[in-house]
Amino acid sequence: MRILLVEDDPTVRSFVAKGLTETGHLVEQADNGKDGLFLAVSEKFDVIILDRMLPGGIDGLRILETLRAQSNATPVLILSALADVDDRVAGLKSGSDDYLTKPFAFSELLARVEALGRRGRNEAAPQTKLEVGGLEMDLLSRSVRRDGQKIDLQPREFRLLEFLMRHAGQVVTRTMLLEGVWDYHFDPQTNVIDVHVSRLRQKVDKPFSQPLIQTVRNSGYMLRAD
Amino acid sequence: MIPVHSAANRRNGRTENRKNRRFSYAAFRHHIGGLRSAGVRFALGYAVLFWVSAVMFLSVIWWGTAGLLERQVEASVSADARALSERWTDGGLSALALTIEDRLEDNVDDDALYLLVDPHGQRVAGNLSAWPGDVAMSGVWYQLTIRRAGSRGIAEVQAFDLPSGYRLLVGRDVRGRTNLRRLLTDTLLWAWVVITILTLVGALLVRNMFRRMISSIARTTSAIAHGDMGRRMNVSGRGDELDEVAEAINEMLDRIARLMDGVKQVSNAIAHDLRTPITRARTQLEYAALHAPDEAALRMAIENGVNDLDNITTVFEALLRIAQIEAGSRRSAFASFDLVTVLQDIVELYEPVAEEQEIRVVPRMPERISFYGDRSMIQQAISNLLDNAIKFSPHGGTITVSAAIGPDLSHDGKSPGQATTIAVTDEGMGMSEADLDRASERFFRADSARNTPGSGLGLSLVQAIVQLHGGILQFVRRSPGLSVEMQLPISGKSKEAPETDMKQDSQSSHHQDRSVMIQPHI
Repeated sequence: MRILLVEDDPTVRSFVAKGLTETGHLVEQADNGKDGLFLAVSEKFDVIILDRMLPGGIDGLRILETLRAQSNATPVLILSALADVDDRVAGLKSGSDDYLTKPFAFSELLARVEALGRRGRNEAAPQTKLEVGGLEMDLLSRSVRRDGQKIDLQPREFRLLEFLMRHAGQVVTRTMLLEGVWDYHFDPQTNVIDVHVSRLRQKVDKPFSQPLIQTVRNSGYMLRAD
Repeated sequence: MIPVHSAANRRNGRTENRKNRRFSYAAFRHHIGGLRSAGVRFALGYAVLFWVSAVMFLSVIWWGTAGLLERQVEASVSADARALSERWTDGGLSALALTIEDRLEDNVDDDALYLLVDPHGQRVAGNLSAWPGDVAMSGVWYQLTIRRAGSRGIAEVQAFDLPSGYRLLVGRDVRGRTNLRRLLTDTLLWAWVVITILTLVGALLVRNMFRRMISSIARTTSAIAHGDMGRRMNVSGRGDELDEVAEAINEMLDRIARLMDGVKQVSNAIAHDLRTPITRARTQLEYAALHAPDEAALRMAIENGVNDLDNITTVFEALLRIAQIEAGSRRSAFASFDLVTVLQDIVELYEPVAEEQEIRVVPRMPERISFYGDRSMIQQAISNLLDNAIKFSPHGGTITVSAAIGPDLSHDGKSPGQATTIAVTDEGMGMSEADLDRASERFFRADSARNTPGSGLGLSLVQAIVQLHGGILQFVRRSPGLSVEMQLPISGKSKEAPETDMKQDSQSSHHQDRSVMIQPHI
């Protein structure tokens, strides 16, 4: 993917840029709001990572608002040290697609960026059926089958699996699951998500030879058929 | 004319007054900084108003009296002239001359002036020797200086044309009246001087009164500004406006003190309690950098270091969040929602974790409780409580999550509102009486809980959230176990945070016997 990274802190910028390049992305960098805005409007990117507080008079939210005013729908992830709920709401209201607060784990950033890039691509057609390997999910009848065998899921388990399948082949972090499946925006101290995923595994993976839900160390989970 | 004299006088008076005022400015400025002082402005306003109205009052008296004298002269001259012209019509020139002589004789005050001249300007009758040169037109008032019987005087005269070229001059010597007028003017001027002095004295009094009223406020606030936060305004008890201001300021100071306490607590917490994990991370990394035998060990140490940093961040965020909630600035996200759905969702989130340890989570709640508050915060509070309950429950225990609607006890019966009580009850080891007192303090962890993971901030956060919603948090000891109850008013819409703070304070004594109430820290 082609990613624009607007971030003024050189250490964070080079760390993120290096990490993204290593995972096979093309990264353009800007260290101030002016250059960032110029790049964002003049070139085409798959995802823009935007720091909120930038030098040069144009901050992240201004860039975002300008983009959205030109009906540029490039997915934007805001990276900010402003961790307050109100700041988060302000960020999402001005048109960002995701909001990550500093300090952050690179794996979290990578997972979210890849999810955003994916979303930008296949948002066009509303799906009624998801399929990964032998696993089929019918979104209309809300039924799940694997290798033709019906799997009974609780409503929450269904939504958890649906989220994993929609992000198949991508790392999904615990926070992403908590936000995407439960709509909780705080961090429960215990490993609640792990327990839910392991329950889902019992139903989806255990009866079959090949496990689909994989744990990615230090990051989260990935649903993959390989 | 006479007004000229008086105008000159007034101008003198004004300069004098300006001098006075400049003098008093200097005094004021010396005392409390000139016009920038509200007291001085107040006093000056009073002085100017008083002075101007007094001067207007005196002017009206002056014009009324002096004008009346003038009008009297004019009226009597006109009446005289009319009577004389009638004489001319009745008896001709000789009768008129005779009448004039008669009148002059009868005139006791010796203030009447008459002159009748023939067409050649020769005097026919009257007490003036010659026709004054200034008087040319008839029917117009003239003021003349006349010399008569050896003395000078001022006279008001008017000329009248008679048939066949004769002319008549009728007037009054107004010397006596001028004297009267001067006397009046002098009296009024003296009155004006006295009034000016009274004005200044009054202004000083007003200023002093104002200063006395303000100075207690100023003294207290400046003492506080210099760091003496314990000072409060004196409330006289009269219930007047000053008392209202004093009470409002005291309330504000109480709130500021509470907020400062909060900040102090947070900074103490950061200073003491974050030092430990930071030291741990630092030591680990430093040791690894110096002594790691191989790359794997180094990696391991770095990973541990990162984990420690993550924990520090979590603690830090929790601290900030508590401080922010306690400052009461987060009521913007308040909305109506169904509490039961929120509770069920959280129970469902934690159920698998509980089941892993063979703990049953039993929800006990009605169909629906509509609640007004911050949904995300209520979620977090319940999640923290449930998290704790699971941590401290024995294997095979039961956790009850209940919600019920009841009368709001925190209202003191003033406005009998409704409150919902959300209770999370476990069958764990519970807490000792002494620990309960400190349960919601930041970083407090009971000795028996040292070995369970956690930051010691969970209940502080719950406490802050409950307080934001105007509710009370209480701990009830069970045997075995502990029940944590959040009592939240349902009609929280109209309530303001400070009000609820006070209510909580007054409530605490009522429940002491059966449970420990947590006093708000802020």
